[in-house]
Amino acid sequence: MPSPSSNGDTATRSPARADTETAGATAIAVRGLAKDFAGTRALDGIDLDIRPGELLALLGPSGSGKTTLLRAIAGLEPLSAGTVHFGGEDATALRVQDRKVGFVFQHYALFRHMSVADNIAYGLAVRPRALRPPRAEIRRRVEDLLELVQLPGIGQRFPGQLSGGQRQRVALARALAVEPRVLLLDEPFGALDAQVRKDLRRWLRDIHHRTGHTTVFVTHDQEEAVELADRVAILNRGRLEQVGSPDDVLDRPANAFVAGFVGQAVRLDVTVADGVVRAGGIGLGPAPAGATSGPAALFLRSGDVSVVAAGAGTTTGTVTANTRSAASRRLEIRLADDLPQIEAEVPLDRAVARSETVALTIRTGRLFPLVG
Amino acid sequence: MTAATLSGWSLPRRRPSALPGFGPTLGFALAYLSLIVLIPLSVLVWRASGLGIGGLVAVASSPRVRAALETSFYLSLVAAALNAVAGLVVAWVLTRYRFPGRAVLDAMVDLPFALPTAVAGIALAAIYATNGWVGSLVNDLFGIRIAFTPSGIFVALVFIGLPFVVRTVQPVLADLDREVEEASATLGASRLQTVVRVILPAMLPAVLTGFALAFARAVGEYGSVIFIAGNMPFVSEIAPLLIIVQLEEFNYVGATAIAVVMLAISFTSLLAINLVQAWCLRRYGHV
Repeated sequence: MPSPSSNGDTATRSPARADTETAGATAIAVRGLAKDFAGTRALDGIDLDIRPGELLALLGPSGSGKTTLLRAIAGLEPLSAGTVHFGGEDATALRVQDRKVGFVFQHYALFRHMSVADNIAYGLAVRPRALRPPRAEIRRRVEDLLELVQLPGIGQRFPGQLSGGQRQRVALARALAVEPRVLLLDEPFGALDAQVRKDLRRWLRDIHHRTGHTTVFVTHDQEEAVELADRVAILNRGRLEQVGSPDDVLDRPANAFVAGFVGQAVRLDVTVADGVVRAGGIGLGPAPAGATSGPAALFLRSGDVSVVAAGAGTTTGTVTANTRSAASRRLEIRLADDLPQIEAEVPLDRAVARSETVALTIRTGRLFPLVG
Repeated sequence: MTAATLSGWSLPRRRPSALPGFGPTLGFALAYLSLIVLIPLSVLVWRASGLGIGGLVAVASSPRVRAALETSFYLSLVAAALNAVAGLVVAWVLTRYRFPGRAVLDAMVDLPFALPTAVAGIALAAIYATNGWVGSLVNDLFGIRIAFTPSGIFVALVFIGLPFVVRTVQPVLADLDREVEEASATLGASRLQTVVRVILPAMLPAVLTGFALAFARAVGEYGSVIFIAGNMPFVSEIAPLLIIVQLEEFNYVGATAIAVVMLAISFTSLLAINLVQAWCLRRYGHV
C-alpha cells in the first residue's frame, strides 16, 4: 500500500524541519505537570521538552498516564498543576480550540454524517468568516491532503464506507488541514490489525519526513515506539522514567523499569557478591565492573545469552523448548527449577535437542541494584 | 444457468447461515403481524368499502369531518414537533449530567406512558382550566384560555408524546462518542458549532424516529384529549371522537369511513418518515 518514496511531493506546506531550527529550541515545554483523577494521581510532576520537528513516542503500560499527558498537552484535560508552553508561548490557560493542535484519536472520531471531504474541511469551515479561506481554496487543500495521505478521489465517500486504516488516514488529513503547531496522536494504530499497522507506521514516518510537523504519539507497543520515534519518553505510574533515543532506552536503560519494559527482557532476581552474579545459588557469570554488592535485578534479552561449546561457558542450563523463527532458532532455557526461563538464539545450523544441557555465557550488563 | 432460469420463479435461495433462524422468524413475524395488524385493518377497509370511493370522499369532505381531521393532524404535528425539541433537551440533560434527583426525573419521563390517559386528561383539565392554577395564571397574564380550546388538545398531545422522543433519543445520545466532540474542539470549533454541526446531525435520525412515534400516538390519542378539549364541533373536536360519536349513533359505515381516511393519512406520513430514515441509512451508513 503506502510506499515510503518521497517523490510526487504533495506536501505544500513544510514547516521548518528540526535540523534548520536553532539548537536547544523547544516546540512543547511541559513543566511540573500533574493531574489528579478523583484522588488518584494520574500524572505526577512531568517535565518534558519536545524539540521542533521531532517524532516523539510516549510509551508506557496501560494506566501509566501517557494518554492523559497527551490530552493535557492538547488542552482536553484540565491540569491540577504545571504549565504547557508551545514555542515559548504559555498555552496553559488557552482553551483547546485556541491551542492549534492536530489531534488524532485512537478510534478516529470522524464525523459519520459528513463526507470525507467535509470531514477534512471541517477545521477550516468553522473558522470565523474573516479567517476562512475561500471555498475553492478549501476544496484545493482537501484534495492536496487526500493526495498526501494517499487516498485521492475518495472525498465524496462517507466514513462508514472506509476501512479502519483509511479512516485513520482521513483523521490525520483532517488534523493536518488546520496547519497545527503540533500533531498529537493517541494510539493511532491501536485499533488496526498487524499488517495495516506496519504499513501505516512506515507511512506516518514518511508523512512526518515530508511535512516536518512536531509529532507526539502515544503507544503501548515498544516495538512501534523504537521503530518510529526519534526519541522515546517512557512513563510509568504517572512519572517519566526515561527520555531518550531508541538506542538510549534499549542499550542504556535508566532504571529497572525501563530495562524490563523495553526489549523483551526476562527479569532475574540476583545477588551480587565477590564480583559474581548469582541467581538462586547458581553463578551466572562475572559482575560488570563497579557493580555494587547486594540484591539486584538482572534483565536478559535473547542476545545476552550465548550457547557455547561444552565447558566453555560460565553456567549451564536445560533446553525446554526449541522454536524456529525466520532466521534462527529460539531456545527456552531453564537454569534452575525456581528461576524464570531465559531465551537464547542459535544459528540454524546448530542442532539442539530438547532437554539437552547446554553451556552458556551470560552478559550481565543490565544489572540494577535493588534498594531497600 | 439453466438451473437458475428454471428456479427463477421460486424465492431466492439464501446460503444457509451458521446461525439459522431466517425462515422461522420471518414466518412468525408475518403470521403475527397479520393477526395483530393486517387482518383487523383489512376488515376495516372492507367494511368501509361498502361506501365506495365516492362515498369515502363524501364522508371525508363533509365539513365537520374535515375540521376534525385537520384539528387532529395539525395539532399532532405541532405537538410532535415541540416534543422533538423539548424531548431532545430533556434527553440531553438526563444523559450528559449527573445531579441530585436525576433518577427521579428520569422515572418521571415515563409517567405519561404509565398513567391511564383519562386520568391524565382529567388532571390536565383541572390544572389548565381558567380556575386551575396554571390556567388562571396564563389567563390573567395573556388572556389565553387553554382548557376546552384547541390549545388544551395541544397540551394533552404534548404530554402523552414526550416519552417517545426522550426514550428514542436517550440511548443514541449516550452512545455518542465524546471523542467526536473533542475532535471538533481541537479543530477550532466553538461549543455552539460543535452542537449544531456535529451533535445535532448525529441525533437527527433518532429525533425523527421519536417524532414519528409521538406523532402517531398523538393522532390516535383519545382518552386524555376529550377531557380537556371541550369537544366543540368545528373548533376542538378530534377525529377519534367523531368516530366514537358515529359509533354511538350506530353509524358503523360512517365510523369506519373516517377511520380509513385517518389510516390512509397516518400510513402515508409514517411511510414518508421511514423513507427519510432509509435515506439517512443509505447515506451515512447508520440511523
